[in-house]
Amino acid sequence: MVILLPIVAALSCFLWPGRSIWIGLINTFTIVLSVAGLSLQVVEQGAGRYAVGGWEAPLGIALVSDGLSLLMLMVTAVVGLAISVYSSCYFNQDKARHFWPLWMLLWAALNALFLSADIFNIYVTLELMGLAAVALVALAGGKNSLGAAMRYLLVSLLGSLFYLLGVVLLYHSFGTVDMSLLAQRLESSPAVWAAMGLMTSGLLLKTALFPLHFWLPPAHGNAPAPVSALLSALVVKASFYILLRLWLEVFPVASFEAGQLLGLLGAAAVLWGGVLALRQTRLKLMIAYSTVMQIGYLFLAFPLASIAGWKAAVYLLLSHALAKTAMFMAAGNILLYEGHDRIAELDRVAQRLPMTLGAFALAGVSLMGLPPSGGFIGKWLLLEAAIRSGQWWWGIVLIAGGLLTGAYVFKVIGFAFTQSNLPHESRAVPIGMEWAALFMAMLAIGLGFIAPWILSIMDTGSPFGVATR
Amino acid sequence: MNWDAWLPLFIILISLLVALAIFPLAEEKVKTRISLNLGGALLKLVLVGFMLWGVYNGHHYETRLPFLPGLDLVLRADALSMLFVVLSTGLWFLTTVYAVGYLEDSPHRSRFFGFFSLCVTATIGVALAGNLITFLLFYELLTLATYPLIVHRGTEASRKAGRTYLIYTIGGGALLLIGTIWLYSLSGTLEFTTRGFLSAVDRSHHPALVIIFVLLIAGLGVKAALIPLHGWLPQSMVAPAPVSALLHAVAVVKAGAFGIIRVVYDVFGIEFSASLGVTLPLAIVAASTIIYGSLRALFQDDLKRRLAFSTVSQVSYIVLGIAIVGPLATIGGLVHLVHQGVMKITLFFCAGNLAETLGIHKVSEMSGVGKRMPWTMVAFTIGTLGMIGAPPLAGFISKWYLGMGALEAGQGWVVFVLAGSSLLNAGYFLPILYAAWFKEPVGNWPAERSFGHYETSLALLLPPLVTALLAVLLGLFASAPFSPYSWSQFITTLEYAP
Repeated sequence: MVILLPIVAALSCFLWPGRSIWIGLINTFTIVLSVAGLSLQVVEQGAGRYAVGGWEAPLGIALVSDGLSLLMLMVTAVVGLAISVYSSCYFNQDKARHFWPLWMLLWAALNALFLSADIFNIYVTLELMGLAAVALVALAGGKNSLGAAMRYLLVSLLGSLFYLLGVVLLYHSFGTVDMSLLAQRLESSPAVWAAMGLMTSGLLLKTALFPLHFWLPPAHGNAPAPVSALLSALVVKASFYILLRLWLEVFPVASFEAGQLLGLLGAAAVLWGGVLALRQTRLKLMIAYSTVMQIGYLFLAFPLASIAGWKAAVYLLLSHALAKTAMFMAAGNILLYEGHDRIAELDRVAQRLPMTLGAFALAGVSLMGLPPSGGFIGKWLLLEAAIRSGQWWWGIVLIAGGLLTGAYVFKVIGFAFTQSNLPHESRAVPIGMEWAALFMAMLAIGLGFIAPWILSIMDTGSPFGVATR
Repeated sequence: MNWDAWLPLFIILISLLVALAIFPLAEEKVKTRISLNLGGALLKLVLVGFMLWGVYNGHHYETRLPFLPGLDLVLRADALSMLFVVLSTGLWFLTTVYAVGYLEDSPHRSRFFGFFSLCVTATIGVALAGNLITFLLFYELLTLATYPLIVHRGTEASRKAGRTYLIYTIGGGALLLIGTIWLYSLSGTLEFTTRGFLSAVDRSHHPALVIIFVLLIAGLGVKAALIPLHGWLPQSMVAPAPVSALLHAVAVVKAGAFGIIRVVYDVFGIEFSASLGVTLPLAIVAASTIIYGSLRALFQDDLKRRLAFSTVSQVSYIVLGIAIVGPLATIGGLVHLVHQGVMKITLFFCAGNLAETLGIHKVSEMSGVGKRMPWTMVAFTIGTLGMIGAPPLAGFISKWYLGMGALEAGQGWVVFVLAGSSLLNAGYFLPILYAAWFKEPVGNWPAERSFGHYETSLALLLPPLVTALLAVLLGLFASAPFSPYSWSQFITTLEYAP
């Protein structure tokens, strides 16, 4: 249901382009409702497994919903709701007829990805997601965004190819693509190591972990605002989600050194992304580099995985998804209002778009990891895991990253408070766009108050139950 | 539902709701905004009075909300927090009255008062926090809420001051966070407990505890403006006068000092801290801050900067009182938390009046101002004399107990610090008084405005008079029940093992 709805929506948007906005909006609400229904079911009855068409693994397509995939679905639904509202004001009729089918397709791919129980199915959804995302980036038109989209397409295909090779190797060796069956049958062998290396590097490329992040800032910086929000909040998270599943569920044989290596790359991403974000002069590019940085945080989960570091990373992931959506939306509002997004000339936005700036500031608080916010909880959990396991150096990376984030967020906010009397040509910003941004930012803050609830959902169906103990 | 369990939360929520209600208000709705502000402040005052009575009679007010696995958000009204709560609520009310008068006709008042209320929310949260993580949460919120107030004027200078402020405070916040998490991993709890909860920690961790102590104190010392972490305070003087008054007397600086009190007494426990050997270095840092701040104040011509360096020096009295291990010094330190707040807010109100009415910003422009604005200068005089420590004003009580406490603890050198500081205080305050009362005015005032019948508008004049009167009363009736002095005694008896 959760997967089928957006597909139907995508098709109908495609058939009746004139009414795509309404079809899209109505479907958004139905999807949100059905995700809510599924959540209730999972929370009450525990993790579920469905065989599509009655065919059990290893033959059929199986869907699994445990706590982790449920949270991913939920955050997708919430972000999706805001994006839909925002986009219904953002795009003109001409762009809208292209946007809505693609967006619904992307949503379907995301939902299917989070529910998939086998690695081949994941490949299919990954490819679908990649293609839809590329088309969305190209939607802005213009030379820059087409170039960025082209580069994104190549990266995306390359990443999927590596992943597919890994899948083939595993299937050849063990005769199944189902994750839980694989986990049982897996034993250490050169083929497994090769498969793991291939799949990991393919996914790292798609997640844009340092030093494979080169494609992300142009793609995210040049896309239309709701698309940038989507890409940063959800799409890169999807490939991270697969990595998390693979490493903790399928390849628990992964060695300590490999985890440290991923952590090291993550730490480098945090520092490098932070420094670059600080040096940007354009708001959207700054936010894009900030995504590179935040992705680095997520990878600190791997060296700390054995001490529930993954929960911290997932918490960070959720709050980053919400905060980054808010931030890109705020940037979109500013861009629309001022006609440019050069940080040095953002004077007086604070006075004229208080809600947008408020959204930006609240989102920034969460990204910095200051309390009370979702970012703070994630950081606290990660720090605690780091200190508990005696790997305090990751803690230093976290703190340094927080300070860097503070530096670039306040760079923007500080400029916005100055008085200036420059005459600006300005355009009105639809109220729906302002509210959508503020709403997401408030959710990111609110995530700081419901930690016990979220953490208990994560435990539902105890994903990685064996690996973490 | 249990009323006692929700009162602390409710008290915090009042100012939060006021803040949220004020933000979207249009600029012109002056009356709605004023009534929201004053109504909130009054309601809070009443509730706090009620709670004070309850705490005195042994009621237990505690709100506990789940926050993280194993960690709760705890708001608790104990004797120590009530000291700070009463101070901030009372002075918030007066500052609101003052700010309404001060900011008449200036732009962005809704934004200003919104953040102003948020700032008080955070301060009360700091005061009521029942464990270190709740404290941390409100402490960071305070940083964020004060930033827009400091850059409120929107000039280049204020933006620079705001940046300096952030660099210091966010850095300090990071240190505090590291210290807190490390502490949690060692002890498994963060709950404030009278006489501390760390003495049970295994001896092998004691070196780590010393480092944690340094981290925590450094993080808090940023806000308490201990040297060398005081750099932001004189710079942030570009903020409007009510903000400086609040920053210095109640909110930011005091939150730092209050945090140090909490860490020393309720996390480490005063006797355990002494056995770790960390109190003497802290006392030395505090003493050098006292002398250094006074010395710098001597050479400032800008009135508000002079007052700022004076704050740097005065707040360290509180820290000094804590760091001298002894009941009498503790009383001196705690009581100074209140006394310094009342006196310093008077001085800043007066400085604001001078700037707003006559355009005076510099000490050298103050000749003969006593004749033009007698009431303001009376309040100012009381404030300065109190700062110097002249009996029977409030400041005398604090200094007396600090000195007695130092002698009792066998730390005679502190008396010299106190005496030296008093001399220096006299050195930088008395010339102002002399000029204001006995010199003839030179030419016209820089930018005079007329406010009708009185020397300045009533909303500006009354708050400093009230606080000045308070400073006198606190000194005269120090031993009355519910005075800060007797309350501090009450706390002290709890903190030292019989």
